[in-house]
Amino acid sequence: MDFELIYTAFPKILGGLDKTIILALASLSIGIILAVIIALAELSRYSIIKNVAKGYVYLFRSTPLLIQIFLIYYGSGQFHNFLDSIGLWMFFKDAWFCAILALSLNTGAYTSQIIRGAIETVPFGSIEAAYAIGMTKLKAFTRIIFPIAIRIALPAYGNEVILMVKSTSLASTITIMEITGVSKKIIAMTYQPIEVFMIAGFIYLMLNFILTQLMVILERYLMRHTY
Amino acid sequence: MDLSLLGWGNSGWLDEFSIGMVMTFSVSIVAFIISLFFGVVFANFKLSSYRSLRIFGNVYTTVLRGIPELLVIYLFFFGGGALLRSIASALFGYDGYIDLPVFIIGALCIGLSSGAYSTEVIRGAILSVRKGQLEAAYSVGMSRRQVAIRILFPQAARYALPGLGNIWQFVLKDTSLISIVGFVEIIRVATLGAGSTKQPFLFYFIALLLFLFLAWISQRVFYRIEAWSKKGEKSLQ
Repeated sequence: MDFELIYTAFPKILGGLDKTIILALASLSIGIILAVIIALAELSRYSIIKNVAKGYVYLFRSTPLLIQIFLIYYGSGQFHNFLDSIGLWMFFKDAWFCAILALSLNTGAYTSQIIRGAIETVPFGSIEAAYAIGMTKLKAFTRIIFPIAIRIALPAYGNEVILMVKSTSLASTITIMEITGVSKKIIAMTYQPIEVFMIAGFIYLMLNFILTQLMVILERYLMRHTY
Repeated sequence: MDLSLLGWGNSGWLDEFSIGMVMTFSVSIVAFIISLFFGVVFANFKLSSYRSLRIFGNVYTTVLRGIPELLVIYLFFFGGGALLRSIASALFGYDGYIDLPVFIIGALCIGLSSGAYSTEVIRGAILSVRKGQLEAAYSVGMSRRQVAIRILFPQAARYALPGLGNIWQFVLKDTSLISIVGFVEIIRVATLGAGSTKQPFLFYFIALLLFLFLAWISQRVFYRIEAWSKKGEKSLQ
């Protein structure tokens, strides 16, 4: 064990933490908005909307995230001139934009299934009661269905958050130097993978531990009326 | 778009893509078997009556579910190479460069990572076999081994199937990460093709379709297996 390497490499790898957090937070926030929209579309009465949503979810859940990232980042290059003419090239040439876009679309598809499942398990009596006292569809959704569904969805969403933190490591394949990217660079320079792996692994585990605890606190806060 | 690129032979990429698909599939199979192996071993550890084994099992699932697969791959590919070379020079005095068996090491990395998820699936399945079933088996005089093989395993396997179907899909997608260290599967072929033809969208899109195809086929196969495994249940109801 090379302790000097650990001493010098730790701050460098920790320097990638902010990028990991930004990637995860940005894509989780965009992803959850997307997920609610998709979940509602899947529960829609119109079969076209329903099928588009189902197709989107199927596409993103059954293909690797790596290829989604490559398709957006490298694939957009094939349409360089077209994207340039409508002014979108400045976004697609940016690795950050592509990484966050791919991660958001990906987590949106997974999270939509969690939310849809939760909405479907909201007790029917609660919805009926809401209509019975004269709530409109929108009111019943925002005041009754959604708040109950969020509580049901929370544990599964906690897992999705952890999976997303892990997924941000793929951003290193398109030049973003987050934790895994920095680690790979140091491994390639020093050829001492075990020490570097331990540092990076430790940082990921700590990050995931903190996130799990935050989810527990959030769950306790949302469930405060149920006890 | 030039569709002759998708032909068979030297100018087309169809043959390369076919090989890539076979490689993705076969490395996934090996990784899945390794994952099941780790799953069975660590599920038994987590259900063991020895505290130290339980802790070991918990450490495995916590660590490997929290660390990105890519990092595990980097550890094995950079660390494994150094390890192999040091063994070779110590035992045989060979100082040359040794190429790592990418297929096996890659499958091992993915199997090790997804094994943490398999562990939870298998542990859950074992726990959902009803106690009465085991008690009945012991009461008719079966040995521990007999109970495990005749009663516990067949029922647990049935409960585990849906979860294992998810793990297979997970493994299938994760093997794409081995392309980053040079393993030639679907994505690597797409990258090579995109590089030499300057048509990245076309090539990555084909790779996407191939993965969709593999996922669709696997889904159907697992559906069949699940239906088959439930064959006996109806008559009991």
